[in-house]
Amino acid sequence: MRYLLLIYSEEPTQTPPQEQIEASMAEWWAYDEAIRKAGARLAGDALQGSPTATTVRVKDDGERVVTDGPFAETREVLGGYYLIDVPDLDGALEWAASCPGAKYGSVEIRPVMELGM
Amino acid sequence: MASGRAVDSVEAVFREEWGRLLATLVRWLGDFDLAEEVAADALATAIERWPVDGVPDRPAAWLLTTARRRAVDLLRRRQTYAAKLAVLRVEAERAAAEGNSAPPPQPDAIGDDRLRLFFTCCHPALGSEAQVALTVRYLGGLSTAEVARAFLVPETTMAQRLVRAKRKIREAHIPYRVPDAVELPNRLPAVLRVVYLIFTESYAASRGPELVRGDLADEAIRLARILFRLLPEEREVAGLLALMLLIDARRAARTDSSGGLVLLADQDRGRWDQAEIEEGRTLVVQALSGGRPGQYALQAAIAALHDEAATVETTDWPQIVALYNVLRTVAPSPLVDLNRAVAVAMVDGPAAGLALLEDAAAAGELVNYHLLSSARGALLEQLGRHVEAADAYRAALNAAGNQPERDFLRQRLDRAVRSGSAADGAQRPGR
Repeated sequence: MRYLLLIYSEEPTQTPPQEQIEASMAEWWAYDEAIRKAGARLAGDALQGSPTATTVRVKDDGERVVTDGPFAETREVLGGYYLIDVPDLDGALEWAASCPGAKYGSVEIRPVMELGM
Repeated sequence: MASGRAVDSVEAVFREEWGRLLATLVRWLGDFDLAEEVAADALATAIERWPVDGVPDRPAAWLLTTARRRAVDLLRRRQTYAAKLAVLRVEAERAAAEGNSAPPPQPDAIGDDRLRLFFTCCHPALGSEAQVALTVRYLGGLSTAEVARAFLVPETTMAQRLVRAKRKIREAHIPYRVPDAVELPNRLPAVLRVVYLIFTESYAASRGPELVRGDLADEAIRLARILFRLLPEEREVAGLLALMLLIDARRAARTDSSGGLVLLADQDRGRWDQAEIEEGRTLVVQALSGGRPGQYALQAAIAALHDEAATVETTDWPQIVALYNVLRTVAPSPLVDLNRAVAVAMVDGPAAGLALLEDAAAAGELVNYHLLSSARGALLEQLGRHVEAADAYRAALNAAGNQPERDFLRQRLDRAVRSGSAADGAQRPGR
């Protein structure tokens, strides 16, 4: 059986001290290694923060409504995901807008954090 | 004296060339912050050197070369930017290969970069406030402090807004390019909307002591001129420029000597700027020709009818109503309904206008809009319904933003209250 683990947390308002970042990263690396070794990990990524989010909806008349930020309605719940690889946000907006989910609710676009760059 | 002249010309070049300079640097460097830093450095160097060495023959090219050298210096120092240095070299070589006369390219050959910058700054994935701030800062060349002053927010707030917006551009990979012909019709309205927002904020400041913010109006018109030069075939760009010129032409007459609001009906039309009106009228014709007119062209045509009339009474109100009728189908909005109602009142009388205003109010969106209440007050007064007029002016006062508008509404309220009690007094003995 496959499961999706969704990781929620409060976003820090300030950059934490370096040692705190390092301690936290060490935890994440240890977890990542453990889940890989166990053969349970299919995929996993960190996302850029919510200020980088863009939300797309498509109205009944086909008009595309793009908004800055993660603006799901409170009654909307996460229903699925696609991980895509396109050159830039416009490419992501195209796929988000043509996704049926944009018609029935909203599609939030979040850039995946590229680690080790 | 010589140095004073040189500094003046630095500032003139700065205002004129900043957008071009920055747009090209962003393309070369792929990094707003670095582009901004080296552009500012180049300007600082110019302020130092030009008074001594004289202003170079091609100031823009000089600034670009200086900024580019500075970028290369910085990139060499910052190891993490090594990859970007390679990009810089490739871009510089490509620019040379594309037939520009080797770096620095001719300023004329780099004009198009500003169009990229417009579309990046006005990208729909950015919030409206961020789009406006980015456009005024990076295409207009206002400093962060000036942008903050223009929109009446603290400088730190504006600085944060810009930092967040640039971060989103960078981290979400908002592209830096001009949309292709297929996308352009979808993307251009956002750019025009941002320029028009800058203008409308200037026309009736949402807050503060002044009614008209001339600096912002000039800026919006300047930005529209740039867009018009870059996209001469786009009729709505011509329409927007025309609209702003035709409204701005009345700027001097819109306030009295003490800064108070003067209504269209009471303005000294001799003080309207005929040069702006002429330019606007020429552009309107262009904007209206060759297809279904857009919303800016229609609004400009309405503004032109006002500008051409010698008085409010001799204004071609039936034609204005007809244009609003078309505008309602092209770009329906409660604001259009409000303005149409006022025009209908001029043609068919205050009762007809009032009925339409009540419809517009019932639609809900303008409930707290002071100009709706103010227009209701005026029509109710004309109908002799002074008590209701006073209520309408009170509602307008509760929602009005800038001081001259508030002062005006206060006067109207007092008048309605006086007329109301006079009417009561006159009626009482008869009852």
